Amino acid sequence: MRHVISILIENEAGALSRVAGLFSARGYNIESLTVAPTEDATLSRMTLVTRGSEDVIEQITKQLNKLLDIVKLIDLADASHVERELMLVKVSTSDETRGEINRLSDIFRGKIIDVTTNSYVIEMTGASDKLDAFVAALDADSIIETVRSGPTAMSRGENGLHL
Amino acid sequence: MELSGGQIVVQYLKDEGVEYLFGYPGGAVLHLYDAIFHQQDVKHILVRHEQGATHAADAYARATGKPGVVLVTSGPGATNAVTGIATAYMDSIPMVIISGQVPTAVIGSDAFQEVDMVGITRPCVKHNFLVKDVNDIAETMKKAFYVATTGRPGPVVVDIPKDITDPNIKVPYKYPKKIKIRSYSPPTKGHPGQIIKAVDLLLNAQRPVIYSGGGVVLGNASAELTEITHLLNYPITNTLMGLGAYPATDKQFVGMLGMHGTYEANLAMHESDFILAIGVRFDDRVTGKLAEFCPHATIVHIDIDPASISKTVKVDVPIVGDVKLVLNQMLSVLKEHKKRPSKKALSAWWSRIEQWRETNCLEFDRNSDVIKPQAVVEQLYQVTKGDAYITSDVGQHQMFAAQFYHFDKPRRWINSGGLGTMGFGLPAAIGVKLAHPEADVACITGEASIQMCIQELSTALQYKTPVKIINLNNRYMGMVRQWQEFSYESRYSHSYMDTIPDFVALAEAYGHVGIRVEKPEDVRPALEKAFALKDRTVFIDFITDRTENVYPMIESGKGHQEMTLRIAPGTPIDRELA
Repeated sequence: MRHVISILIENEAGALSRVAGLFSARGYNIESLTVAPTEDATLSRMTLVTRGSEDVIEQITKQLNKLLDIVKLIDLADASHVERELMLVKVSTSDETRGEINRLSDIFRGKIIDVTTNSYVIEMTGASDKLDAFVAALDADSIIETVRSGPTAMSRGENGLHL
Repeated sequence: MELSGGQIVVQYLKDEGVEYLFGYPGGAVLHLYDAIFHQQDVKHILVRHEQGATHAADAYARATGKPGVVLVTSGPGATNAVTGIATAYMDSIPMVIISGQVPTAVIGSDAFQEVDMVGITRPCVKHNFLVKDVNDIAETMKKAFYVATTGRPGPVVVDIPKDITDPNIKVPYKYPKKIKIRSYSPPTKGHPGQIIKAVDLLLNAQRPVIYSGGGVVLGNASAELTEITHLLNYPITNTLMGLGAYPATDKQFVGMLGMHGTYEANLAMHESDFILAIGVRFDDRVTGKLAEFCPHATIVHIDIDPASISKTVKVDVPIVGDVKLVLNQMLSVLKEHKKRPSKKALSAWWSRIEQWRETNCLEFDRNSDVIKPQAVVEQLYQVTKGDAYITSDVGQHQMFAAQFYHFDKPRRWINSGGLGTMGFGLPAAIGVKLAHPEADVACITGEASIQMCIQELSTALQYKTPVKIINLNNRYMGMVRQWQEFSYESRYSHSYMDTIPDFVALAEAYGHVGIRVEKPEDVRPALEKAFALKDRTVFIDFITDRTENVYPMIESGKGHQEMTLRIAPGTPIDRELA
């Protein structure tokens, strides 16, 4: 099953490699990983998406908790949560296709953030499957490149992951 | 007090109460070595190879409970230490390894003797640090010792670039008395609700087994383990790492379990309906085939590491906590409890165990005209009155030591259980002898293992650590040969050496006493002579039976109930290459 693990980690050199190293050393898979400093400059927040049986996920969270750089973590699969991912897509355009791509982007609530005579860069956020659907809706030949942040997530309601 | 970085490291070690520093100098640690030169409090032990430093420090820790401390230079000094660091990590041994690093300005430039020590050791340390500011040394050292010695212990590396120890840069130093790490709070007491649940199950068991391991030794909980076992009159088995935590000569002890465990211990595990697992990690050498492990048992598991719980075997009642505190909690609940174990069920259970015991699964040919390795260990046990510290290398001799030296006290049995590091025994013996100069220390080894760290014979002479080396020389890598006999139709691929040194001459060349023993009747006199030479390191080269195997054996992929036993003493086995 897919699990989203939210992690508060010391904002220190090498902390990220401890997490990545743990996954490779123990043979766990990382589907995606996003990390950036928080409003508290000593901490970074990481969102890690992984897959595994319940036993494997239990070991993953226990082994992560043993890392000295990890201050706190929660498995968001335990509670209801929201997820958002950012994607940038560069597509080639022509006089014939520009209008259709523009309309499609509007339907998916995308924003065109760069325009040249024969290309668009479209910014889009949403749940990962919505981004998948947008990519599928585009003419595959028109896609020049895509980049995705991987999901970021937090739990619903008033409780949060903090010190 | 204003000190340079190098002086701070040494002053810190003194303030921390470190007695011995095992190390080897080199370019990146020269400032540190100069600081060592100016003091007498922390005694430096110069090894002959950095691997030896780590094993000696590790064994010092195992024998005393105090952290072992190592100092190595950057690059090859650091990489040579890695095997010893991984050895300590697998057996949860508290150790602090200080490694030199190239100056901060050239880190990452592939400088002379540069390796990414923090990167290389990441998977085999509890934690590691790179010190980038001389003002951080004292606090980082404090963190390193705190992390290494608390919770589930383990090795911690502190990597210090050369410029950080510069003698010309002095900063104020004060020993940091307390340290707090916000992301680290080792468990202490067990959850009271879980303790009550566990005690209820414990008292209702019909066919109980207590299965205890290295955690009891590390947690200094032998007295509590012994008390609870006696109170209940339940059978107890120890893992390889747990030997000595419960007195092996006690009648409730059914021997070691696992791959080369006793018939009675493994069958008791298989038939049990309740297991109290204490400070163990259900290692594959213990469990055998997981699907067939203890099929009828309810399992209570006490461990300080939550990640050890249900890692390989699902347990019913986990208790996370310090083993000594948890056992004391259990003891007080038990003593208050009105219920007592069913005498009838227990006596039926003990009579089954006694039947298994009658198999006498460890028996070997005592009338052989060649020296049996078991006989050597048995006589070593008698000559030392069971009171020696025994280190070992890895292989058949290690299993014979575990089976035939009956450890009644914890911290007497010093071996590399988890990583299985050949070369561990001799440097380990030196570390133990430094910790306990008055005690008898013997290293049980084989002609293959001993050659992996043989250079430390020179260290043993320099620091006058008179240890006795019991070399069970069967001219084979015995355990490899045994597996090849069992699983590869006796194709002994590279498990013997065509050239083996004259160990007697070698020992003498290193300034020690060498004795060769070729006949069974000469074993005992040689041992007596060796231990009578109190102030000499003695290397006894026992020429043993080439074809002896370790029994019982659970072959890989089999369960506890499928042990291979020695069919009959003296059964001829393949002697083609003998």
